[in-house]
Parts: sequence; C-alpha cells; structure tokens
Amino acid sequence: MSDSNENKIRPYTMNFGPQHPAAHGVLRLVLEMDGEIVERADPHIGLLHRGTEKLIEYKTYMQAVPYFDRLDYVAPMNQEHAFALAVEKLLKIKAPPRAQYIRVLFAEMTRVINHILNITTYALDVGALTPALWGFEEREIGMEFYERVCGARLHANYFRPGGVAQDMPAGLADDMYAWAGSVQKFIDDMESLLTNNRIFKQRTVDIGIVTKKEALDWGFSGPMLRASGVPWDLRKSQPYDVYGEMNFDIPTGTTGDCYARYLVRVEEMRQSCKIMKQAIEKMPRGPVSSDDGKVTPPSRAEMKNSMEALIHHFKLYTEGYHVPAGETYTAVEAPKGEFGVYLVADGTNKPYRCHIRAPGFAHLQGMDFMSKGHMLADAVAIIGSMDIVFGEIDR
Amino acid sequence: MSVEDLPSLGVYIEDTMQPAILKKEMVHGELMFTIKRESLKRFISFLLNDANCEFKQLSDICGADYPDRDERFDVVYNLLSLKHNFRIRVKLRASENTPVDSITSLYSAANWFEREVWDMYGIFFNDHPDLRRILTDYGFEGHPLRKDFPLTGFVELRYDETQKRVVYEPVKLQQDFRNFDFVSPWEGMTTMQLPGDEKARKPKIGADLPALDEKEKKIG
Repeated sequence: MSDSNENKIRPYTMNFGPQHPAAHGVLRLVLEMDGEIVERADPHIGLLHRGTEKLIEYKTYMQAVPYFDRLDYVAPMNQEHAFALAVEKLLKIKAPPRAQYIRVLFAEMTRVINHILNITTYALDVGALTPALWGFEEREIGMEFYERVCGARLHANYFRPGGVAQDMPAGLADDMYAWAGSVQKFIDDMESLLTNNRIFKQRTVDIGIVTKKEALDWGFSGPMLRASGVPWDLRKSQPYDVYGEMNFDIPTGTTGDCYARYLVRVEEMRQSCKIMKQAIEKMPRGPVSSDDGKVTPPSRAEMKNSMEALIHHFKLYTEGYHVPAGETYTAVEAPKGEFGVYLVADGTNKPYRCHIRAPGFAHLQGMDFMSKGHMLADAVAIIGSMDIVFGEIDR
Repeated sequence: MSVEDLPSLGVYIEDTMQPAILKKEMVHGELMFTIKRESLKRFISFLLNDANCEFKQLSDICGADYPDRDERFDVVYNLLSLKHNFRIRVKLRASENTPVDSITSLYSAANWFEREVWDMYGIFFNDHPDLRRILTDYGFEGHPLRKDFPLTGFVELRYDETQKRVVYEPVKLQQDFRNFDFVSPWEGMTTMQLPGDEKARKPKIGADLPALDEKEKKIG
C-alpha cells in the first residue's frame, strides 16, 4: 500500500435519526462527514408510509376526506381544502359563499398555528426553549377553535366537497376575531425573543442558502420559495374560494437562508390574522354546504320530515356520490407550500387514482445541496427551517 | 407570437411540437397533452425553455395504472410556469418493459418524484442517477400502487420477543378483507343491466329506433 492511500481517510458516515428529537419525526438522514462538515446528506424517508393513496382508491369520496387530516397533521384543514376543491371541480359544483368564507377563515387560522409550531420548535432545535412554551399555549387555543367547529382537535374532517360539514357554532366567530387580534401580541413577544437574538441569528443567518434558481429547480414552494425572493403565492396568483376578495400582502425574503425563512413565516402569520379578520367581517349568512342532495347530506331536521332526504342520507353514507369521469390537478397554498391533489375519477363512487403532491417531499429532497459544506449542527437548523412533517412526506 | 391565455398556449404548443403530440385536451380549465414516450425530453425541454412557456417548476410526477390497457401505465408530469401563471399536464404511456427517459437533467426535483414512481409502479427511468426505492421498506418486493397489488400487502412485521428482533411474516387477517360494493341500481350503475332495464332504456337510445321502425314497416 502506498503512502498516499494510507493518508486518505474515508468520510465518516453517520446515522441521524430516525429517533432524534431534531429530526421532526421519523427522518433517517445518512450523513457523510468530513470531521464536522457534512459532505453528503442522504435522507431515507418512508418510515411513516401508510399507503394513503392506495387506501383512498378503496374508499368513497366522503371516506377519503379524513385521510387528508392525517397527512400534514400540523395543518389538517388545508389538505382537506385541496381535496374538496378537486372533487368540486370534477363535480362542477361550487361551495356556497358562507362555506367559502369559513374555509378561508379556518385555512388561515391553521396557517397561523402551523407556523407557531414550526417557528417555536425550530427555535427549540437551535437552542431557545421559551418560544415553544409560549407558542403551544396559543396553538392550543387554535386547536380549541377546531374542536368547537368540528368536534376534533386535530383530525377535523371539516372541509367536505360541496362546503363544510356544519355551520360554525354561535360565538365562535367573535372568539376567533378576538384571537386574531390577541395572537399578534404573542407574535410580537416571540419576535422580541428571536428576531434580534444574537444566538438565534448566529445559528440561522447565512445557513442553508437557496438561490432563486435553485428554489425553482428543486420544486420548492411556499415560504421556502418566497424566502428566496420569488413573490409567488397561489392564494394571489391562482385564487381559490374567496381569496380573490381578501386584501393581504405576500412577504418575500432577500437572502434565502434559514433566517429569511423564519422572517417570512412570521410575517405570513400577521397577514393570515389580517385575512381571518376580513373573512369574519365579510362572512355572509346562508347555507354552508351545496344544496345538491346527491352530494351533501341533508340536515337532521329535514331528515325527520322528508322521505327524499332520508333516502339521500342513507345512500350518501353507504354508496356515496358518483363523480363523473375526468381528471384534475388542484393545488392550494398550504402553510408548507403547494399542496396538490391529482385526482382521476372513473365515474364510480371511488377515486380511481388520487396522487398527493406534498410540499415537504420536494423540500426534503433539497437537503443534500442545502447542507453540503455546513456543520452538523447547521443540518439541524436547515431541517427545522424546512418545516418538515412526515405525515405528508411519507403519505 | 405572444400567448395570452391557456387555450392559445395549447394551440401554440400544438403547432410547434406537432410530431411529439398524440392528443391535446382542455378539460376543467386545465391543459393536458398526451405525448409520445420517445419525445418526452424534447417536449419537456421545449416547455422549460420556450419564451411563451417557461415552465420553470416541476410540481409533480406521478403514475397511474390501467391494467386493461396494452401499455398499462400513465406517467403524469405537472408543470407550473410562474412567469405566465400557467399550469400544464403532460402524460405518456409506458409498460413494465418500456423505460421512460429521466428528466433529472432538466429539473433536479424530478429525482425523488421518479424514484417514487419507480417504487410505486415499477416504471423504469433511463439515466436516472440514483433509482432506488424511496417510500417502501428496505427489501420490499412488489410495486404497491399497481391495481393488482392487494391493499393488505403480502407481509407484515412484528417484534419477536424470543428472537429479540423484528420478524416478517405473511399477512394473516383476523377477518377477511371486506370490500363492499355499494353501487346500486338507484343511479350511476351504467355498465350492468338488470332484467327489465332494456324496456326502460329503449326509447332513449336513438340507434335502436330505426330498427324498430323497419320492423313496423314490414308489419304494416
């Protein structure tokens, strides 16, 4: 063996996760290290793969909705939104105005509580404990709104094709309006802990820089794309439901590093509060689900009096409704980015194919180029800034 | 030539890339092209680089399985143009034995999407830098999203206390997998005919009427 071969040291291969608190779930990251420097990162995913797409092929359209809560379980309603819009497109129906406002209201509320969870746990990853303690209190209030409107804290099953499951209970709109104001105080407090914090900035500024070109090439969306300076938001560019009537701004970053992603999320929370207030102010009265008895179930009261309604109810909860043959790719701006549903219907009561495009899947793919040349501890910061939730990545 | 909206973009692409295109569709306000498998890379790089298209972002690649067909798989590409605010869908057909060209050289994002299609359907991608399974277990066999793959799978795993390790076993179901078919004659059942249906439908079907008329004429 020659001398040059003897001096060559193989890169140290390290297993990060799947049981690691900073892996945000069950991420197994195989890291090739040169000392403390990451040379290559190979994420192994699929440890939470549940075959959602296969299961949906065996369920009626109505039974498929709860699976969407279980994808990105930090922001359940936004996923349902994509599915509801896709099915509505194929059925050629539209949710009534009140339902659209309720959806926008809850989609934005979910965005706030999603970002609260992401930012605070991110801060936890890089060494700040307090934001998580404060943040979860606010997030819990958001979960209580979920509970009041649909009965469940997480797995809502609330946005249905044709509208929403039921109307908001009395007083909820007022409480949400008040919260949209009071949560600002929390955001200010959190910013006072993090935004100018020397340690937080040392851990995030200039870490994991993504240029505009890279962000587009790697299929990034949502805050990951906007932090790199691309002003792109599906709520503005391809508005769905009543987003077209809302007045809000799209924050963009300039540097594309972890710090920019943090700042974009903070500003997005403020904008979401603005949208929540507008949605409540403009919300009309009226029905909350489509009046097509073949798609949305009748009210309980109607069922007691109308034979037709009773038949509809029975048929909807056994056979379900038939969706005309066709296919669509419908995307919404979920808190994490573009969440799309590619739905193929074959005219029966079950989807023929339902592909789920999860934003985190594309983001995690960029882990290799983002962490190359950084220290191991920075890899943790990069994972945190990507807003990874394994429910949606592994599906 | 400037392109204002999606239908005119469809016409523009059809004119320019005619030999590659098998079918153009415009449904639910979405533009969709079915193309020849061999011309995939040329077609996609046209969509990526042409000034009227500039589909700079690859949203998604996925597969779909139609077992009755000759080339049973569809590979579906969803592209997004941020500049012009267009979406487009490109489809092509493939089978187990016909590899599809990888577009990882055009979009880095294609890497994992193609790995997923390979994992789920077993469609092979030419020139893919790292075509491993992605979502299924290490050592998994089969392609789970194929229509002939059972929902319950073939193996299940558990932790064995005596061997102190995870063991794989054939799936044992406590009760049979029940896949209820609720499709009923109430509505929507179009492929099957129950006794008596032919009477109810006959007047509606125009093709049947002339035959009746001829008979009547003979009788007359």
